[in-house]
Amino acid sequence: MNVPADSNLETTMTNENQPADSGVRPSVVLPSKPLVIIEPSGKWSALKLRDIWHYRDLLYILTMRDIRVRYKQTVLGAAWAVIQPLFTMLIFSLFFGRLAGVPSDAVPYPLFAYAGLLPWTFFSNAISNSGNSLVGNSNLITKVYFPRLIIPIASVASGLLDFAIAFVLLVILMFYYGVGLSINLLMLPVLVGMTALFATGVGALLSALNVKYRDIRYALPFFVQLGLFVTPIIYPSSLVPEKWRWLLTINPLAAQIEGYRAAFFGKPFDWPALAISLGLTIVIVVYAGYSFRRMERSFADLI
Amino acid sequence: MRPIIRAQGVGKKFRIGAAPEGYSTIRESLIKVARKPFDRVKGNSTDTNLDFWALRDISFDIYPGDVVGIVGRNGAGKSTLLKVLSRITEPTTGRVELYGRIGSLLEVGTGFHPELTGRENIYMNGSILGMRRSQIDTHFDEIVDFSGVERFLDTPLKRFSSGMQLRLAFAVAAHLDPEILVIDEVLAVGDAEFQKKCLNKMNDVSRSGRTVLFVSHNTQALIALCSKGILLRDGLSVCEGDIQTVLAEYLGNDKNAETVWERGNAGEADIYFHSVSVELRGEQPKLELVVESSLRVNRKFNDAFLAVDILDSGGSYLMQAVPRAIPFISYQAGRTLITTITRIELPPLIPGRYQISCWIGSHFTETIDWVREVAAFEVVSSPSPERTFQHTPDRGFCVPVSTVEFK
Repeated sequence: MNVPADSNLETTMTNENQPADSGVRPSVVLPSKPLVIIEPSGKWSALKLRDIWHYRDLLYILTMRDIRVRYKQTVLGAAWAVIQPLFTMLIFSLFFGRLAGVPSDAVPYPLFAYAGLLPWTFFSNAISNSGNSLVGNSNLITKVYFPRLIIPIASVASGLLDFAIAFVLLVILMFYYGVGLSINLLMLPVLVGMTALFATGVGALLSALNVKYRDIRYALPFFVQLGLFVTPIIYPSSLVPEKWRWLLTINPLAAQIEGYRAAFFGKPFDWPALAISLGLTIVIVVYAGYSFRRMERSFADLI
Repeated sequence: MRPIIRAQGVGKKFRIGAAPEGYSTIRESLIKVARKPFDRVKGNSTDTNLDFWALRDISFDIYPGDVVGIVGRNGAGKSTLLKVLSRITEPTTGRVELYGRIGSLLEVGTGFHPELTGRENIYMNGSILGMRRSQIDTHFDEIVDFSGVERFLDTPLKRFSSGMQLRLAFAVAAHLDPEILVIDEVLAVGDAEFQKKCLNKMNDVSRSGRTVLFVSHNTQALIALCSKGILLRDGLSVCEGDIQTVLAEYLGNDKNAETVWERGNAGEADIYFHSVSVELRGEQPKLELVVESSLRVNRKFNDAFLAVDILDSGGSYLMQAVPRAIPFISYQAGRTLITTITRIELPPLIPGRYQISCWIGSHFTETIDWVREVAAFEVVSSPSPERTFQHTPDRGFCVPVSTVEFK
């Protein structure tokens, strides 16, 4: 399928009030090449990023819809964006920080845990929401054409607002514990970008699989729960024995979470780990993009 | 002049049977993969009888400014064709070239969200239909004007009446301005006044030189709006050309739709139906259904009654005809084939497909033979000729002849 490039079609009217059936047809200048070609696509089709760019307004509006709708008819509203990581932090501080005495790299444990939970909450909500997004929007998919990738992307994008709200609490906590802001914070947008990209890749892949295999809906919460423990969120990666540390590099999120902490608490970044994480993220995103395109053509028939 | 839409050999295949719900679980897929080699050995890997071609080898050219009505019975492939043209689903074979931007309107109010306000929904719906935000900004006041809901713009959509939602939805759609507009039965909803407004708007659209593809069961609307037509039957394009010719073919064909059923095996009952055929005669609102049934009689029988049930397409009973002349079978020796003709004066039925079941029994207590949903007939025209909007079964199947006057 082809991209509707900005149309160069001109419709010129001969006479505004001329009815069509009077024999005088409005003359239409047709482009010499078809704007759109519809035909069965091969096994792998192009990503059509331009198509997504063309529909950027829809991406914006779907994102705004997800944000507006999320906390409608809730009493606490956007406070939920803070409650989720805050309460998880309180519980983990009690059990892991106080009772189990998990080390926290010389940062107060509650602050340490919250700094990890902040991006983790964003990531886990992003993949849960986008994983279910296509199925949740089946009415759109069967009724109108647009690049389907926009739906999972919008789900991830709408989570950024929650991230921003929860980030404000982090700053408050940092002042409370007397931890100052550092120049490292400038890396934050880059890190958020990486996490969002990774979440988009994983979310898009899951959402496409979910169209065909509804198992995803049940498997997702379980794997999200698992992810909390295989990523250094409530423990520092320094807790992992040296000879097993390489395992963390397989998880692109591990380096990112450590990166967030480095940015928040002014510690040195682990650049090689971040580079590997970025590489893996790009690989996953590209793979997800192509797989999504391949599965996309049957969405309307399967959903 | 060059065509704005050129379709060549378009076909769309669906798989049926294997996964009727459409989605499967990973486990099923894994099993399928594991079994595949064995299937080939057993020779049953070619489950082509599970394939269903919703569209087969459709080719046509549509020129700029054409308003084309696509007609055909339910399941003929009309909606699938529109879905292929509007890129919702991919064709299995063939190729379509579009020389203009396409906007499709397969459902009014696609993407409306009940929690969002009227204003937000205008932007939502507009951008889903392919409008840019700047374009919606330009048309915003006109849209609000056309819909007549300005007082409720900042109210959540769920507080709107269904009529208001519909008006808002059509107002947005009417301000889409692609060169090709694809419309599926949107006029099937709303009150008469609103339908008229929609028809007028569509007239304007076609006069402005845009190309419109329009699927409808509504003959009047088709004649009023369309210049050309395409008739689909079982996924094939059987007739193409002038709308009047196409409609004549469609209606003529259905009027004579004589559905014949014949029993495959020998029946066991003392008397059983050997064959049943139905034919619809007459004009609305005075339609006559002629049911011809031949009965095989195995044994001497004194008298029996015949009943004909009329069901809707879903199989719900609508009415039962019991011919007056009883007893109508009474004779001496067995193994004879006798033919009965039942004439039923139908009430003014709304257009649609109806099925019949035939029953034979004694004194309405004992069933001798009962053949269910054996034949079908299709009512095409509306019982009220001046009506411009579609009948829906949820308001009943029968439109009694009625008059109104001042007292």
